[in-house]
Amino acid sequence: MSTATMPPEPREMVPDDPRRRLTLVHGGHSFADITRMVCAPVEEPAPLGWWVGFGIAFACLGLFLAMVIYLVLDGVGIWGLNNPQGWGFDITNFVWWVGIGHAGTLISAILYLFRQKWRTAINRFAEAMTIFAVICALMFPTIHVGRIWMLWMALPIPNWEAIWPQFRSPLLWDVFAVGTYFTVSLIFWYMGLIPDLATLRDRAKSKIRWMVYGILSMGWRGSAKHWSNYEKAYLILAGISTPLVLSVHSIVSFDFAVSIIPGWHTTIFPPYFVAGAIFSGFAMVMTLAIVARRAFRLTDIITIDHLDNMNKIMLVTGMMVGYAYSMEFFISWYSGNPYEMFTFVNRAFGPYAWAYWIMISCNVLVPQIFWWRRNRRSIPVMFVASILINVGMWFERFVIIMSLSRDFLPSSWGYYKPTWVEICTLIGSLGLFFTFFFLFLRFLPMVAMAEVKNVLPQADPHGHGEGGVPAGEPA
Amino acid sequence: MSEKAPKPSPPSAPYGVMAEFASPADLMRAAERLRSRGYKNIEAYSPFPIHGIDKVLGHAGSKVPWIVLMGAVTGGLSGLALQWWTSAVSYPIRVGGKPYFSIPAFVPITFELGVLFSAFAAILGMLALNKLPQPYHPVFNHSRFRFVSDDKFFLAVESGDPMFNAERAERDLKDAGGLNIEVVPA
Repeated sequence: MSTATMPPEPREMVPDDPRRRLTLVHGGHSFADITRMVCAPVEEPAPLGWWVGFGIAFACLGLFLAMVIYLVLDGVGIWGLNNPQGWGFDITNFVWWVGIGHAGTLISAILYLFRQKWRTAINRFAEAMTIFAVICALMFPTIHVGRIWMLWMALPIPNWEAIWPQFRSPLLWDVFAVGTYFTVSLIFWYMGLIPDLATLRDRAKSKIRWMVYGILSMGWRGSAKHWSNYEKAYLILAGISTPLVLSVHSIVSFDFAVSIIPGWHTTIFPPYFVAGAIFSGFAMVMTLAIVARRAFRLTDIITIDHLDNMNKIMLVTGMMVGYAYSMEFFISWYSGNPYEMFTFVNRAFGPYAWAYWIMISCNVLVPQIFWWRRNRRSIPVMFVASILINVGMWFERFVIIMSLSRDFLPSSWGYYKPTWVEICTLIGSLGLFFTFFFLFLRFLPMVAMAEVKNVLPQADPHGHGEGGVPAGEPA
Repeated sequence: MSEKAPKPSPPSAPYGVMAEFASPADLMRAAERLRSRGYKNIEAYSPFPIHGIDKVLGHAGSKVPWIVLMGAVTGGLSGLALQWWTSAVSYPIRVGGKPYFSIPAFVPITFELGVLFSAFAAILGMLALNKLPQPYHPVFNHSRFRFVSDDKFFLAVESGDPMFNAERAERDLKDAGGLNIEVVPA
């Protein structure tokens, strides 16, 4: 069965008739077509749009570096932080970026464990996003410490003062959690890349490409033994990444929840942060995928069905954060604690009410449009929605952190305003992210070719793959 | 890729005989057929994993899980030991009336280090068991092997096989539907 004959193109991934399984890649492509489509952006000259996008991103990266240099030379006084508002844009950005990263791990690990085969089209892409988002996230606590040359004190390094980090502090847990998360994500991503790097090596036209991709792919030759060890390692990495990703944002939420600040000291924070992380991360995957699939002509691989599925996940996770917002209010009332009650009333109707209502509109109201199938399959609608959701999720973290501005002592109340430096640093971090992302699109295969080939019907070694994935196939 | 390495001079014993196949189903059938003829050292090459072929080829299961288990135990124990030694032995400070060795507070880092070591064990174990990185391997000498990472499938009868005989292997691969059959130098 060498030819790639396929049934007529299906319209939906979950058909009305549940006995029917559908193909994940549209257009009846062969294995070689997949290779060609995915390798094209890496092998052909970059389109003009890529240069424009990369240029803008690179300029923003320059802005970021300038702001960091200014900060290091001058100190954190150039930010709008003060007592009691010790955290502002810096930690908001940190939590936002870490959260964005989480969708990549959800797609690569959790959906893998659940045998959601549609993930193969977007997992490479989303994992790359995870790594770049975590790099951006790590920048903020790093520069937030002020004297960044003292950052090593957060690590257990023997030193002349014979002191050690405080292992009972959630801030230190965070160092280990985010550090581990970054390392494990990088390992998982690189391992998934090895077979595809071998494809680029084997297609290389120039000596340099052949050497670079040859070294990176380590001599991969796709033997049955290779694949057996590879698949086992992949499954295990997926298995350990799943509790890891849940632990990472739980630990990020401990930075807040373990303190005794009203509005922060709550047990709902870990699940609420994880749901919000997945929500914003999917929105970011969506924003990037919509543009990249069109620009690099991958619409048959990253199909409208994939976008539809992602919109459903955004609807679900949007409802989860909506539930968390209302439950926070309920618990603050139910606790009978006047400080708790004040904090929440203050969030919704105090000086930062504008931020609160941006958060509610973007995170709770906007995803409701995805109840309608027409919206879930409309590119402009989902593009705008995905951006609004990320705006909303940024404001969620901002709202939580702004609880600091009115603490127990009214005489110390204030109103935190970011300075231009903080705003430029946020814009600059987007530049850092997109610089990496544009380079990724150009130099690495943005779709996991080996995995996508494996979900084509003709990949079934028993030759009855004509009708899509056979029902009950355990994979 | 043929231009990858200089063609070695014709050796006394070849690495084996390799044939190309167009689809996973063809490869699977051929592997079953060769195994039923009594070949022991055969290996399949494919652009993606083919499920069930390990059983046909007679490969044992992967040992990666055991390596990862060792990584996980080492990571978790070293995480706990690090926190115990620094907080209770080397530099004990009483914080919030908690014991020096406050296990609940040490759970997150113990867990994270367990995961970190497991991940390293998984990828390094996978590479070690596959003997990677390995820049040269005889199978790359097949003139069309560069398509193995695209859309072609290969089966190699290795010369280490107890019943190896180049002519017979070529004939058997041809019978099994193999294309572009080549004797591959070691």
